Amino acid sequence: MTAVNTARASLKPRRSAVLTATMTLYLVYTLLPLAWLVISATKSQPDLLTTPSLWFGHSFALFGNIAGTFTYDDGIFLRWLGNTVLYVVIGAGGATLLATAAGYGLAKYRFAGRRAVFAVILGAIAIPGTALAVPTFLLFSKLGLTNTPWAIIIPSLVSPFGLYLIWIYAAEAVPDELLEAARIDGAGELRIFFTVTLRLLAPGVVTVALFAVVSTWNNYFLPLIMLSEPKWYPLTVGLNQWSAQATGVGARPIYNLVITGSVLTIVPLVIAFLLLQRFWQSGLSAGSVKQ
Amino acid sequence: MSTAAPVRSPLPGRTRSPRRRLDRRGWLFVAPFLIVFALTFLAPIAYAIQLSLFREQAFFGGSAFVGFDNYVEVLTDAKFWTSFLRVLVFLVIQVPIMLLLALVAVLAIDSARLHASGFFRLVIFLPYAVPAVVATLMWGFIYGGNFGLAADLNHLLGHDTIQPLAANWILTSLGNIVTWEFAGYNMLIFYSALRVIPNELFEAAAIDGAGAFRTILSIKLPALRGALVIATIFSIIGSFQLFNEPNILRALVPNAIDTSYTPNMYAYNLSFGGQQYNYSATVAIVMGVITAIIAYVVQLRGSRKGM
Repeated sequence: MTAVNTARASLKPRRSAVLTATMTLYLVYTLLPLAWLVISATKSQPDLLTTPSLWFGHSFALFGNIAGTFTYDDGIFLRWLGNTVLYVVIGAGGATLLATAAGYGLAKYRFAGRRAVFAVILGAIAIPGTALAVPTFLLFSKLGLTNTPWAIIIPSLVSPFGLYLIWIYAAEAVPDELLEAARIDGAGELRIFFTVTLRLLAPGVVTVALFAVVSTWNNYFLPLIMLSEPKWYPLTVGLNQWSAQATGVGARPIYNLVITGSVLTIVPLVIAFLLLQRFWQSGLSAGSVKQ
Repeated sequence: MSTAAPVRSPLPGRTRSPRRRLDRRGWLFVAPFLIVFALTFLAPIAYAIQLSLFREQAFFGGSAFVGFDNYVEVLTDAKFWTSFLRVLVFLVIQVPIMLLLALVAVLAIDSARLHASGFFRLVIFLPYAVPAVVATLMWGFIYGGNFGLAADLNHLLGHDTIQPLAANWILTSLGNIVTWEFAGYNMLIFYSALRVIPNELFEAAAIDGAGAFRTILSIKLPALRGALVIATIFSIIGSFQLFNEPNILRALVPNAIDTSYTPNMYAYNLSFGGQQYNYSATVAIVMGVITAIIAYVVQLRGSRKGM
């Protein structure tokens, strides 16, 4: 074979059926539990216990289960959904804005103390988040913030990972010349940020937003310790409470509602990831430029 | 905002005063983050350190300064060390399996030999969008004897061979849940690191006659080293913090998972089960320090290797 032929063969190799088959095993591992969950969501409580787990039951109870999930206990699930949306919109939205502004500030302004800020924030990433949970709870309890939405929202506002990603991204995506030109045109720093910078940072911002949304939507530990009343629960803590009432004294198993509620909890995030994949995939790649 | 006549330095770093002016405006963007950061990171750390130096007084009420007594107690606490060793075993076995799985997946996806590689990438990443609560409940049901897959399989075999929730299998079962949740996420981190390798490198390798495995060894794996170090550090932190999965699974198997199963569950239950806030804060600090030291060592070793 000549060198050129080898080059071509290596750059555009043939698709391999063996490799695809092997990877399909991994795909099955990933999808099997989710398939089980979705199939189980179509079963009534008796069918769940009596029919084979990977196939549909005698009746198709999905819509009944969805209705049951939303109406059980005076529609508390809807309340939990509303709480989750509130925490995500303000918490993750705020986290994205703060991380974007700070990442941009660190990348584009050479102020004194910049290195110190970097060191402190990187150090913070290494601290186990849950190690902070108990002291944060005690601190918030002194401030009277526990068992209020603020106890969930305020800690959600900080995303060191988001800041890091935007910092790397801004260094590449926002040319200094453009900022200088805008300043010569008489634009203030804030106006430059909102009109010029944000547009250039869009893929990075979408990535940070998506990951902030996921971590807030999926947050379990923080609300578990901060909240004592079910009316402020997000979906995660609520679902676990439903699941826990199946065991112990006075057990009232509602497995079909736990399973259907789980499906309903996942669906919005899966849709968000599918719709926004073009953005987050390019945003993440940019983040690893400097690794 | 003052936008008074923009002073522009012709060359960055040449004139001093305009640079100073520009400098301070950076705080405008960084300050909001830092304020919330101080409230949610720095203040709790300071408070935890303060708590760890005091102890509740059983009879007199209030708390008394005890110096490092709490630390001495944690370091000689059998419950703490049992839970620590458990997450250490978990870490040493689960993290390599998960990262290896992610590595194999990303090399397959990036090899251009896979049919529908974009689909594979997306689906393998998907579990990341599933909350730990849902993932654990789901796997818990699947493991269970009531209506899970394990029960079906045992029925098929006519024997209770598969017992994922039995005490001697529970750590493995937890490892499976965590692997399922995070292998795809690590795969994506690796994937974005591979994306930024310049194409010329592959062309040059191909011209030199390098095959697929040679390319992996000489180009892709070295390019992945940074991402691998970061993924390892995050996985170490995640393992030492292990809480959600065992705590949720505990509802199904209260006998196999006790209240001090992981250091974090221990700290949590000390606080919310036993009101021992000072001791709980000390456990959290000790775990935080151990985690930070190990993460630091991994980072040092990782960035030195093969440079």
